[in-house]
Amino acid sequence: MGTTTQTRPGTNGHGAGGETPSVVIDCKLDHVYYGGFLAVRDSHVQVERGKITGFIGPSGCGKSTVLRSLNRMNDLIRGFRFEGHVRFHGQDVYDRSVDPVAVRRYIGMVFQQPNPFSMSIFDNVAFGLKLNRFKGNVSERVEKALKQAALWDEVKDKLKNSGLSLSGGQQQRLCIARAVATEPSVLLMDEPCSALDPIATRRVEELMLQLKKDYTIAIVTHNMQQAQRVADITAFFSVDISKGSRTGYLVEAGPTKQVFESPQEQLTKEYVSGQFS
Amino acid sequence: MSPAAVATHAERTATTSLERSPFEPRALKNLLLTAGVWLAALLAAVPLVSVLYMLVVRGGARLSTSLFVELPPAGFEMGGGFGNAIVGTLVMVGLGGLISIPVGVLAAVFLAELGPESRLSQVTRFATKTLTGMPSILTGVFAYAVVVLTTGTYSAPAGGVALAVLMLPTVVLTAESAIRVVPKITRDAAYGMGCTRSQVIWKVLLPTAMPGILTGVMLAVARAAGETAPLLFTALFSSFWLFDGGVPRLWQPTASLAVLIYNFAGMPFENQIELAWAASLVLVIMVLIINVLSRWIGQRRG
Repeated sequence: MGTTTQTRPGTNGHGAGGETPSVVIDCKLDHVYYGGFLAVRDSHVQVERGKITGFIGPSGCGKSTVLRSLNRMNDLIRGFRFEGHVRFHGQDVYDRSVDPVAVRRYIGMVFQQPNPFSMSIFDNVAFGLKLNRFKGNVSERVEKALKQAALWDEVKDKLKNSGLSLSGGQQQRLCIARAVATEPSVLLMDEPCSALDPIATRRVEELMLQLKKDYTIAIVTHNMQQAQRVADITAFFSVDISKGSRTGYLVEAGPTKQVFESPQEQLTKEYVSGQFS
Repeated sequence: MSPAAVATHAERTATTSLERSPFEPRALKNLLLTAGVWLAALLAAVPLVSVLYMLVVRGGARLSTSLFVELPPAGFEMGGGFGNAIVGTLVMVGLGGLISIPVGVLAAVFLAELGPESRLSQVTRFATKTLTGMPSILTGVFAYAVVVLTTGTYSAPAGGVALAVLMLPTVVLTAESAIRVVPKITRDAAYGMGCTRSQVIWKVLLPTAMPGILTGVMLAVARAAGETAPLLFTALFSSFWLFDGGVPRLWQPTASLAVLIYNFAGMPFENQIELAWAASLVLVIMVLIINVLSRWIGQRRG
């Protein structure tokens, strides 16, 4: 940790160098290893306040690894270590003095597979509040979170039912409600729609655009159209198989319109025009 | 049909017969196998059903309320019951559970969650697996050496310790696998919400794994209730009540249903043999109740 490596030319399309006040997370991953395997290299991404940052790229390009390193979810994977830094409002989240549990309370997460707990809908949303010994009106906050997640009307009469009794799309919105109930500052979404049908996907996308008002969002998606629809900023990752291994790296990042319409890198151009995936 | 020319739709329809042809080789093989499976299932049910039948017929004949409130009769005495043995079994199985369930479940948490690949886990897992197959009389000998010799008396706690050793491996291994099968995405959800490790364990893993853990606990309890060998060296037997005017007198030999059956079944007295049958029936019913209860609890939680 903390070692510096040279940033290769063209690995960063925006905001490299100094942090502007609007940057919530500044993530510079020089090398990320799982055991002896180099998973990601030379990736510097910034997540800006009130915007949706989309991570796109072919499978194995490390976009999920990058996302999961933002709130230290990778700590749970054996053999994970990295060189670089992840700063949340300027504070290094991997500093020895930082409690990873606290990081995750400020940087919430929604996963690829909807993963409600096997408890009631109400208890799922209230879960985070209870963890934090929330002193206010719990049912009020649960209702607010479910409304924010556009789920309230569908579940208000069956809050006691199991969270697992809902449909896949509803479960995912329940997970979003659970994540926003504690009012984190950032919401990380790891391919939140890949297990959902098109209608449920659209609802979740609309929801993201709604949530943008209150939260900073970073989303991993392998769906380029989704990135175009929701992301303000897009970071394109690719995978380098030149050294006999598969190492992901950041090719280009910038405003979504720019990345898709006038990409700086040849590789980006090929990817967004569908020449490889 | 030659592979070159596929039959036309009309040709295929003409040659298709939907009627059963039971003597066609494939159908015949199917029939034989089905019959074999039925027969095997039937054979597997024979011992259990005949044991239950004998229990109900011979034990049921002697069933009455006096069995539950009276003490075991001496040699040529008539009547009597085994109230003290029921109490003794409940107390000793309870003690066994009180020791083995917390230790077993917490050990399982370590094996499944805290250090699955650690040296300690490997040793513990090996030890518990070996212990599962160990003859139950050895747990009795162990508790004899550890409790009976040090306290100087046969007692209910000694029996409880023997049963706890017997129950421990079942509790540990079933609880470990129940915790392990909690999906990774559920753990991720908990960590992602900002749970500490202990919160993940107490608030998510254990509640989710509860039906599986309960099943293991109940299996262990049911087995312990029926074991004779561990109690022969530890609790021995007694013809008196464990509680004297509501005060437990734990540090003395204690009766249990299993040992009562063992003792009385070998006696040359008709009365005692009848009591042994009745005690067997009562024991089976107790185990059955435990099983049904545990299923009910498991379903309610899940």
